[in-house]
Amino acid sequence: MDTFDVGVVGAGVVGAAAARELTRAGWRVVLLEAKVDVGAGTSKANTAILHTGFDAAPGSVESRLVARGYRLLREYAPTAGISVETTGALLVAWDDEQAASLPALAEKAAANDYPLVEVVDGDTVRDLEPHVGPGVTGGMLVPDEHIIDPWSTPIAFATDAVANGCTLLTDFRVAGVEIGDDTTLLTADDGRMIRTRFVVNAAGLHGDELHRRMGFDGFTIRPRRGELIVFDKLARPLLQRTLLPVPTSHTKGVLVAPTVFGNVMLGPTADDIDDKAATGSTRTGLDALLAKGRRIVPALLDEEVTAVYAGLRAATEHSDYQLSAHPSARYVCLGGIRSTGLTSSMALAEEAVTLLTTAGLEAAAPVAEWRTIRLTSLGEAVPRPYQLGGQIVCHCERVTKDEITAAVSAPVPARDLDGVRRRTRALAGRCQGFYCSAEVCALAAAGSGRPMQTWMGVE
Amino acid sequence: MSHPEVIIVGGGPAGLSAAIELRKRGVERVTVMEREQHAGGIPRHTAHLGYGMRDMKRMMTGPKYAARLVKAAAHEGVSLRTGSTVFSLDDVHADAIVLATGVRERPRSARLVPGDRPAGVYTTGSLQQFVSLHHQRVGNRAVVVGAEHVSFSAVLTLAHAGCQVAAMVTPVACHQSYKLLAFSTAGRRRVPVRTGVDVAEIIGRSRVEAVVLTDGTRIECDTIVFTGNWIPDHELARSAGLPMLPVAKAPIVDAGLHTERRGVFAIGNLVHPAETADVCALDGRHVASSVLDFLTTGRWPERIWPITVDDPVSWATFDSRGITLRVQDVVTGQLRLTHSGEIQWISPERTWMPNRSITIRHDEMKTTARPFTDHRIHVDLIR
Repeated sequence: MDTFDVGVVGAGVVGAAAARELTRAGWRVVLLEAKVDVGAGTSKANTAILHTGFDAAPGSVESRLVARGYRLLREYAPTAGISVETTGALLVAWDDEQAASLPALAEKAAANDYPLVEVVDGDTVRDLEPHVGPGVTGGMLVPDEHIIDPWSTPIAFATDAVANGCTLLTDFRVAGVEIGDDTTLLTADDGRMIRTRFVVNAAGLHGDELHRRMGFDGFTIRPRRGELIVFDKLARPLLQRTLLPVPTSHTKGVLVAPTVFGNVMLGPTADDIDDKAATGSTRTGLDALLAKGRRIVPALLDEEVTAVYAGLRAATEHSDYQLSAHPSARYVCLGGIRSTGLTSSMALAEEAVTLLTTAGLEAAAPVAEWRTIRLTSLGEAVPRPYQLGGQIVCHCERVTKDEITAAVSAPVPARDLDGVRRRTRALAGRCQGFYCSAEVCALAAAGSGRPMQTWMGVE
Repeated sequence: MSHPEVIIVGGGPAGLSAAIELRKRGVERVTVMEREQHAGGIPRHTAHLGYGMRDMKRMMTGPKYAARLVKAAAHEGVSLRTGSTVFSLDDVHADAIVLATGVRERPRSARLVPGDRPAGVYTTGSLQQFVSLHHQRVGNRAVVVGAEHVSFSAVLTLAHAGCQVAAMVTPVACHQSYKLLAFSTAGRRRVPVRTGVDVAEIIGRSRVEAVVLTDGTRIECDTIVFTGNWIPDHELARSAGLPMLPVAKAPIVDAGLHTERRGVFAIGNLVHPAETADVCALDGRHVASSVLDFLTTGRWPERIWPITVDDPVSWATFDSRGITLRVQDVVTGQLRLTHSGEIQWISPERTWMPNRSITIRHDEMKTTARPFTDHRIHVDLIR
């Protein structure tokens, strides 16, 4: 059996970013993912904001890494085909108490090294965003908040890593950990085994379980469910920028944001639950979101709902990220990373290199000829393949036949329809497959050589 | 204008019928833009009888009906451009444009049905494409959400695919189709129709395992089909700035199927979500007269007025036959059409069904001033 230098457990946005960075540093890396695809857990259902970190707790690890990650990802995104749009954000205050708290938030932003926020009055908010509901008492502009394609980000990281020599194993649910003198043996629940000298824990919701298996303690993950409603593209003209609530310590609250795909997103809720697989939506959650949405942008409720998602954030009893290096077990933990993980992912990857060095991994020779693979951009702000004359299969999202074929035969291929959706936008639109799901399945089957029944989830 | 051109967006029954009629009546250049690779629309994959009665005067299956329309269009010299999507009306250069972009069923998400997001959730449209066009099995035991005409069509498709139907579920107090259709599809197969309840939650992490109804009943199943609950495919019409009829979310048209935008007509299920294919085809024939009139005279109505309604009438619109409307629940009373406060038509007292076509034919209306061209036309119910 080959021995890897580093085994990264978890191919969400954090694990995939880490695998890419560690591969770049010259180590032999294996990326292990329990699901059938990368980015298929917490990473696929977040609010898709690239944060400046203006509202983080100053001095926290999170604050530092969000600020650094923001710069790194903004730089990397255009080279990798990850769509990013500068929309800015507007914090909206709905009563005098919230309005009164804005100057303190502005000071906090300055303490987080982001001094460009601007506190404005209610009239200015209405001028800037004419569709906001009545009762606004003030606002704060955050001009550099961006929206980003959250689906392509982990896929781009994993694709880069794989193209440069990283081994990706999906369906690999770590069931056994044996820490030896020089190497650690990781066993999957189907019996597959890999041997690695060092282990990086990027297991997201299951990070606390792996942490204990590695022999450590100190945090417990209690999933915080966030339900999200995505509205039809016809709602997009209702807002210019992301509309944020005044945050509380528990959550950033319910926002209304444009998406790079041209929709409008409302969410998330924040419910602490016990089941790490409960990614379903609830009547209560959806009703609560609609009530909030009706207040923030009343006209939004007249538009059709395109999709409903729920994601689980890996919340812990601590407010900050849980990062640690353990030389005794040749182990690094990237734990307790909540919704800011998308923004901080590349900074966390750098941190993983530092922590591995602390844990005793000697430096290697960085890859001399690094290949960055550019994905087909999914955002509306850049030309898409259909505009170059491709045959459209998914009409709502204007996805071409070739894009479907490419998605199932890529270096990091889609293994199910959700994977096709996240790589192409097919089936993500207003009809949710009324027109094209059969055709998309047929193309996925033809392109992958796996039967249509498998893609349909029948077998 | 010696060689006027008409462009029709959408190659389903309405669009093809309009094209055929325009060619028959001498319009030189008639082009149908169809975004799919094959024209024919929804009937292409509804592989059962029920098509063609009103327009072709004979009963046939959906695919056969679609094929006949396509053949007739080719025969009449219609230029049929498949695989052609119209992204904006500003890109269409023609002397007249007919929008016939059709209708779709609201999927699970648009209905805000909570729960897990497993595989095995369909609309009738997607189900019929999997089964009729791709010959796929879908599952073993299904719940059909809805009990209107199309819901029974879904029952037939499921039976054809070897999938048992565990139940049909409708929030309405009774099913909303013809007795004969309901019996020949669901009744004959002993499919229970659960009335007065809706789907409260979908259960199943990877594959559908069950649905929970609003009365707490749990039905084990591996397949769910959301049927009906139509919404026009109105993106093109809306982005062109055409005003929409509330609730129906359809572009507002007058009796000649003119829209608010000069030179643009709207027909078929884009205008009335949803009628049977042959009714859409009749719209297509009907609009040809208006198009010809416009091409000849250049006249366009000054304004297009919506038909106003009061609860429990959910919407009313003009179509080729007269006025088509819907009620939002099972209601008893006399439906009434007034113009400027004067009764033009009143029905006998009876029970009206939601999701069921209600039509007031032109020749049933009193006035000699038809078609109405102002805002004073109103439909309501006297209980």
